[in-house]
Amino acid sequence: MEVLVKKEVEVEQLHEVGKPVPRVDAREKTDGKARYINDYKFDRMLYARVFRSTKAHAKIKRLDISKALALPGVVAVVTAKDIPGKNIVPVVFNDRPLYAEEKVRYIGEAIATVVAISPEIAEKALKLIEVEYEDLPAVYDPVEAMKSEAPKIHDKGNVFVTYRIRKGDIQKGFEEADVIIEKEFKTKHQEHAYLEPQGAIVVPNADGSITVYGSMQCPYYVQNAISMLLGIPRNKVRVVQAVTGGAFGGKEDVPSWVAGEAAIAAYVTQRPVKIIYDREEDLMTTSKRHPSVIRYKMGLKKDGTIVAIKVEYILNAGAYSTLSPPVLFRGTMHVAGPYKVPNVWVDSYAVATNTVPNGAYRGFGTPQVIFAHEAMIDEAAYKLGIDPAEIRLKNALETGDETASGQVLKESVGIKETIKKAIQLSNWSEKRKRYSEMTSGTKRRGIGISSIIYGVSLGAAGKILDGSGASVQITPDGRVLVLVGTTEMGQGMRTVLSQIAAEALGVPTDYIYLPEPDTIAVPDSGPTVASRATFMSGNAILDAISIIKPVMLKIAADMLGVSENEVDVADGKFFVKDKPSKSVLFEDVAKEGYLRRERLAAMGWYKAPPTFMDENGLGDVYFTYSFATHIAEVEVDMETGKVNVIDYYAVHDSGKIINPVLAEGQVQGGVAQGIGYALTEDLVLKDGRILNPNFTDYLIPSTMDVPEIKVSFVEAKDPRGPYGAKGLGEPCLMPAAAAVANAIRNATGVRLTELPMTSERVYKALKEAGKAK
Amino acid sequence: MKIKLTINGRPIERDVDPEMRLLDFIRNELGITSVKDGCGIGVCGVCTVLIDGKPRQSCITKMKSVDGKDIITVEGLGTPNKLHLLQELFIKHDAVQCGFCTPAMILVGYALVRDNPNVTREQIKKGISRVLCRCTGYIPIVNAIEEYAKLMRGEKTS
Repeated sequence: MEVLVKKEVEVEQLHEVGKPVPRVDAREKTDGKARYINDYKFDRMLYARVFRSTKAHAKIKRLDISKALALPGVVAVVTAKDIPGKNIVPVVFNDRPLYAEEKVRYIGEAIATVVAISPEIAEKALKLIEVEYEDLPAVYDPVEAMKSEAPKIHDKGNVFVTYRIRKGDIQKGFEEADVIIEKEFKTKHQEHAYLEPQGAIVVPNADGSITVYGSMQCPYYVQNAISMLLGIPRNKVRVVQAVTGGAFGGKEDVPSWVAGEAAIAAYVTQRPVKIIYDREEDLMTTSKRHPSVIRYKMGLKKDGTIVAIKVEYILNAGAYSTLSPPVLFRGTMHVAGPYKVPNVWVDSYAVATNTVPNGAYRGFGTPQVIFAHEAMIDEAAYKLGIDPAEIRLKNALETGDETASGQVLKESVGIKETIKKAIQLSNWSEKRKRYSEMTSGTKRRGIGISSIIYGVSLGAAGKILDGSGASVQITPDGRVLVLVGTTEMGQGMRTVLSQIAAEALGVPTDYIYLPEPDTIAVPDSGPTVASRATFMSGNAILDAISIIKPVMLKIAADMLGVSENEVDVADGKFFVKDKPSKSVLFEDVAKEGYLRRERLAAMGWYKAPPTFMDENGLGDVYFTYSFATHIAEVEVDMETGKVNVIDYYAVHDSGKIINPVLAEGQVQGGVAQGIGYALTEDLVLKDGRILNPNFTDYLIPSTMDVPEIKVSFVEAKDPRGPYGAKGLGEPCLMPAAAAVANAIRNATGVRLTELPMTSERVYKALKEAGKAK
Repeated sequence: MKIKLTINGRPIERDVDPEMRLLDFIRNELGITSVKDGCGIGVCGVCTVLIDGKPRQSCITKMKSVDGKDIITVEGLGTPNKLHLLQELFIKHDAVQCGFCTPAMILVGYALVRDNPNVTREQIKKGISRVLCRCTGYIPIVNAIEEYAKLMRGEKTS
């Protein structure tokens, strides 16, 4: 497989990969036929609604479901007592119950589920459930929660997990510095706002097995959860992904409990149960990006060389640990950005509070630290009188350099090229000069840059999940069925993996059918997160094809009357290399293969390259890295604090781009989410209660908020990636908020250190600096 | 109450709860599932249908207000065998990612261009701001509708 990939990367004679092949699932999404989970119905299906805590921290003294159960049309009301297996939604530490039993720890925590013959009746029955609480002292702020006198949310204490990095000699590093900058940053929640709310249908089968259909990123997480909750083995839990209407991390672990809520009800009633969250419920109770506090100290030489960083990174984990450990790991490992820093000291914490548990969101703990490190290096540039792009180029990693964790980068480091290309495309120097001359009137314009590094796939903290499978079979008519364990959620995975399979087999992409995953098709392939699907499933497909392809070449050679090494395949034809006109169709070779009863199907597997970390946070923590540089231009209204992003450039190194049109759209969408994170998305909590759980008051960008985003790629290929690809999904969003903040700094001279940079917050900062009009 | 309406050109007469949401009627009674439920309060726009040609959020439209109306969903634009030109342009421009907003975006774009073939890029942006998309950043959607308007004006496109 390695040989096959390498050869084709070198000669670059690609027929399908790198081409703007139309999205394979676009048609059914434009004509309205695509079936999302709420579009499915089953005979005798019941509808579930969840009864939830109204208290942030309390003991449950009494729970009475009798009145709800008596309502005509209600079939069951299930609580923790009805769970046949363990009352656990497994993630990392397994501390989150499906249903609160003795205690509730956040507003919105599930206590019971009503199942009825209609969603309306189920909703009505929720109001008939009686619960009596005894209030406990609560804590909502992670810094408060770390104090010894803070109310204890869990017996073990409020700090769920810590990480650290100790590289070099931090004291000596700062002694060598000519300038030292220190700042504290704060960031708030971000809601995924996938437009399709969470939902699942659980169907109990006659043989005791269970089938789950749902909107999700991680079918094997759901399989594991249902197995644990119901106490049945995983081979009897089948999970089928429905067409999924956006996810962005929000459907990583959450579907495990959404499906779990329906599964207990389906088990108790022995009927199919559908659960669909409404938007308010979804916004109130599902995971979000972690709010954070970041204390950052950076030391530099006069020439702009960074010599040391000392960082404390505190995440508000919410009431249960869920995905906080890997989120904190990733954030910690990305704390230095794409820069060489010889001396690094980091302490990071994920801390329990009585708020909704936070989890995965595109970037996974990195947009927060990027907001900080990109502000720090920008401030250093201003202080030292160096162009912000120049100081980044000066410190940017190159092949042979060490990352913050002491990992030597052996290849595929495109960060400098992204910076150079972004500067050139945006006309950086000319605009900086022009905008600096805008000093009259009430509007100011500015331009800001932000650069990032991104460790592809799960890394040292998640490596036990980092293997993926793929099943490839050539059907007797010469078409190809490819089954994978990673999911499509709009990012274009089905298309990109189809292109990879097509390229490797030498057929047009439309010969391939690659549907959404079903756990009966391939073994546990890990989660569809961490920008890993192209790399992991792509390599698993290549592994399967490396078994099938020689068989087909042999058959084709026989049919052509030549030896195997004289034959190649492209565009659906096997041909003699020296005489391409002498050829035989792919379908005829497939047909002949079946007549000969040869093996034309294989299960492929790909195990991620090794990663490791020691007790000082040092090691090869990810197996490859993507890079990006974004440049934002803003106009700031000095009278109101309103910020408009007026222009935007995004340059990415994700290795080989498999489909340039899909990649461009993915970047634009990521930038739009990043602009929302930067400016408008402001989730307001009071005493643990979310006050704006709707799109009227939680503002995601509309067309009017998003500029024309220009996207470009540099391709520093990783030879281990399929055709040299790395990962793209998350890097699209990660630099955006920092780029906008740096543009505001350039426009106004004022550094915003809190996200989101709403008009109110910007105006206040301008006023404090004496710059508001 | 008894109501009469046409949906995608098909006349329908039903006895319905006047307070029922048009969204639920279309999805549950008629089985047309391209109309999505995204927020339930008329903000996200993924439930948009055309009522007498105008884009309206079906989640905040009651059945009592649609008696005698002509309703179009995305199924009413093309035919079962052939996509409408605007649908083809959505595919061409990759204006589709997760697809959950796509039927609504297509209907709004269709109505914009039908009402004003000279619609500008800025007007398209403003026009589709009534539907939220979380995947695309809107740019390919605007591109698709812009090319559709050009073609409707008889201009050549690439």
